[in-house]
Amino acid sequence: MAETTLTHIGQTQPRPAGLRGVAADWSSDQRAFKNVSWGKAMMWIFLLSDTFVFGCFLLSYMTARMSTRVPWPNPSEVFSLHIGGSDIPLILIAIMTFVLISSSGTMAMAVNFGYRHDRRKTAILMLLTAALGATFVGMQAFEWSKLIAEGVRPWGNPWGAAQFGSSFFMITGFHGTHVTFGVIFLIIVARKVWRGDYDTGRPGFFTSRRGRYESVEIMGLYWHFVDLVWVFIFAFFYLW
Amino acid sequence: MAEATANGLGQHTLHAGHPHDAPATGVADADVHQEHPIKLYLVVWAWLFILSAGSYMVDYVGLQGYLRWSLILIFMMLKAGLIVAVFMHMAWERLALAYAIILPPILVLVFTAMMVFEADYTLLTRMVFFGTGS
Repeated sequence: MAETTLTHIGQTQPRPAGLRGVAADWSSDQRAFKNVSWGKAMMWIFLLSDTFVFGCFLLSYMTARMSTRVPWPNPSEVFSLHIGGSDIPLILIAIMTFVLISSSGTMAMAVNFGYRHDRRKTAILMLLTAALGATFVGMQAFEWSKLIAEGVRPWGNPWGAAQFGSSFFMITGFHGTHVTFGVIFLIIVARKVWRGDYDTGRPGFFTSRRGRYESVEIMGLYWHFVDLVWVFIFAFFYLW
Repeated sequence: MAEATANGLGQHTLHAGHPHDAPATGVADADVHQEHPIKLYLVVWAWLFILSAGSYMVDYVGLQGYLRWSLILIFMMLKAGLIVAVFMHMAWERLALAYAIILPPILVLVFTAMMVFEADYTLLTRMVFFGTGS
C-alpha cells in the first residue's frame, strides 16, 4: 500500500527486481504501467491485438497449405523477375524487404531526434520514412498487377493449390493497408513536428489534446510493427 | 475525463521528480531514458540488413529441408528480436509492460499446434475420400 501512496505524490518508486517487480506493478492501485504514458500503453495494446490478427492470417495460411493435396506453388519461382536475361528468384520481395527495413531505420532516427526536440531533422526523417513506405506500397501494387496479369485469383492460379491466391491477397493486402495508413499518419505527424506543434503545445485538430514529442515515438512503434509483421510474412509466405 | 486528467497529472509530476529531467521547453518528455546514441541504431540497422540478406541467400542458394526451415526461423527471430528490443525500445521498458506485451503472443504457438493437428486431419480425410491424385 505504501507504493500506491507514493504514486500519488508522483515519484517513480524503486522497483523490486524481476518477477517480484512485475507483481508489484500489476497489483498496485490504478496504474499497472508506472512510467508509461497512456498513449504508449494503448499503442502497445493495439499492436498486441494486431499481432493476433496477423497471427490468425498466417495460421490460416499454414492450415490451408498443410491440408491441401495439390502441390503449393513455389514462391521462389512465382515471385522471380526476369532481369538481364535470367530469372532472379524473389528479387522484388528482397528489394521490398530492404526498403521497409531502411524505413524502420529512418523512423528510429526520427524518434531519437524527436526526443532531442530537433524539429527539422525529426520531420525530414519522418518524411523520408513515409517516402520509403510509399515506395514499398508502390512495389506491392506492381507485384499484385503482375500476378493478376499472370492469372492469380483468390480462387485459383496456374501453378497449383488454389488457396495460394487467397492467402497471398489476404495477407499482403492487409499488410499493405497497414503500410498505407502508416504513411498517411507519418505525414500528419511530420507536419505537426515541422510546424512546432509539440513545442508550443498546440491542440490537435481531432482530439484537441496537446501533443508531445512522444507522439513521434508512438508513431514509430506502429511503423516498426509494420516492419515486424513483414519479417514474419517474408519468412513464412515467401521463403518457406 | 477525470481519469484522463489524473493520468496526465501523474505523468507530469512523475517527471518533475526525476533527477535527469531537463524541462528546457516546458514540455514533459514521456521517458527520459529513451535517448540512446545514434550509433546503436546504426549498428542494429546494419544487422537487420545483414540478417535480411542472409534470409534472402537461403532462397537464392536454394537450401532445402530442415536446414532451410531452421535458418529461415533463426533469421526471422533475430530480426524480430532486434526490432522489438531496440527500435521499439522494449529493452528499456519496465518489465510489467514487456511481459504484458511479449507473453500473450506466445499463446499463438498453442493455436499453431492445434491447427497442425487439424490440418493433418483434413489432409487425411481428403486423401481418404478424394484419393491422392490431382
